[in-house]
Amino acid sequence: MITDINSPLNDIIRIENVSVRYLLPGERILTFKEYAIRLLQGRIKYIDFNALQNVSLRIRKGEIFGIIGNNGAGKSTLLKVISRVLIPTQGRVWIKGKVSPMLELGAGFHPELTGRENVFLNGTILGHPHHQIEEHMDEIIEFSELGAFIDSPIRTYSSGMYARLGFAAATTWEPDILILDEVLSVGDESFRRKCEMRMKSFRNGHTTSILVSHSMETVLSLCERTAWLDHGTLRSVGPSTEVIAEYRQAQAGA
Amino acid sequence: MKTSEELIYDSARRGPVALEELRGIFQYRDLIYQLVRRDIVSRYKRSVLGIAWTLLQPLGMMIILSLVFSTLFQSIKGYPTYILSGLIAWTFFAQTTTAIINQIVWGGALLRQIYMPRTSFAVSAIGTGLVNIALSVIPLFLIMLVTGLPFRWSLLFLPVSMLLLAAFSMGVGLIISTVAVHFPDVAEMYSLILTAWMYLTPIVYPERIIPETYRWFFNFNPMYHIVKIFRAPIFEGVIPDMKTLIVALVVSLCTLFVGWLFFSKRADEFAYYV
Repeated sequence: MITDINSPLNDIIRIENVSVRYLLPGERILTFKEYAIRLLQGRIKYIDFNALQNVSLRIRKGEIFGIIGNNGAGKSTLLKVISRVLIPTQGRVWIKGKVSPMLELGAGFHPELTGRENVFLNGTILGHPHHQIEEHMDEIIEFSELGAFIDSPIRTYSSGMYARLGFAAATTWEPDILILDEVLSVGDESFRRKCEMRMKSFRNGHTTSILVSHSMETVLSLCERTAWLDHGTLRSVGPSTEVIAEYRQAQAGA
Repeated sequence: MKTSEELIYDSARRGPVALEELRGIFQYRDLIYQLVRRDIVSRYKRSVLGIAWTLLQPLGMMIILSLVFSTLFQSIKGYPTYILSGLIAWTFFAQTTTAIINQIVWGGALLRQIYMPRTSFAVSAIGTGLVNIALSVIPLFLIMLVTGLPFRWSLLFLPVSMLLLAAFSMGVGLIISTVAVHFPDVAEMYSLILTAWMYLTPIVYPERIIPETYRWFFNFNPMYHIVKIFRAPIFEGVIPDMKTLIVALVVSLCTLFVGWLFFSKRADEFAYYV
């Protein structure tokens, strides 16, 4: 338990006893009419779904932190809690610094706009002022290897080109907290190596990275510590080698 | 990035959401600019005439309506200007409210991934609308020239009318999108309501054709007053009368206030639904 929340520790993220409960309608009610009828009949049932249960975690400044677990274990929910998108049903989240998730195509990017225009859009979504984006533009173009394509609409891009632009746009700022949800699985081998190199260069520096991946090799090579989520609860957290060994054992047993 | 070190988020110590949203809009003003730019640029990017469509759209509508209704209401001098001024105000209202609802209900992908002021979409939709309405002044003046309507000083009052129109539209957009997040049907219903609402507002027909017995009913239509304060400086060449002005002012500011509070109160739940 943390008693003094303001103690000058090295933590950049503190998650204390966080639970997230979704209320799922027993049956999907989408029309207002249906809702009104059922409300009158007292037939609205909800199923409690605990996406996260009593999870406590601390992430230190400068580390690359891995999150593993099967589908539906609550990994994405945890990321949403960290990115301030979901307000936890219970518990407390304390974060120092700006969180920058790498955005999915369609969310932070518009297909009709050029790569350059999208970098501006994406950058302001991440909360950067206009002039700062301008300063980093050359660096982003260089890392993404897009060259002249930077001024073409991104609907014409291949998925690899998009991934390079997205990664460059998210990481060039050396954000306080970088969130990468299964993004290293796209793109070719050389791109992946380039991304890993950039992430390693962040290590022990300014940026804290949180990486969600199904690839144990990626997690092992990048993250010193890893958390294993299982059905919304934190099964284990510690050095990546130990947690992954535990996870693999459980998978083999299941 | 120097200041971001002191930036601390604590889910247990959050201020009132309505105020946080307001502060957020100021912090994310560059984002608002980019969203407005995205809306305007992407809409016309693949069309040959581009942004000219902002001018051609109301002009075309006005010509069609003038042709259809001119025999009916031929006694009005400068009827095309009458229609166009009403139409511009109405189009702003219809487009911005629909845009707010659509962006929040169907475009929630961003809200599920990253924190940003959730009112950003509403503010940017209004921003886009204001750019469009400012541009539509060009065809309006053109028609005034053609139909021989004099330009009067009262035209300088238009920005005030536009701001009240914007405040009302934002309020309505925020209220309906909050409901529509839970019930997407409301978004569909709203487009029907808009059609009915338009015919209940004197846009294409003159006020005097409304039977005396139903006049009182129009007083309950906020858009009746707002269209009036937009149209008076153009068509009648006067600053709107005090009574209409006060009603429009109170209604639009109250709607915005209520809309902002209602939306903020529910905003934390959006990520669970959209």
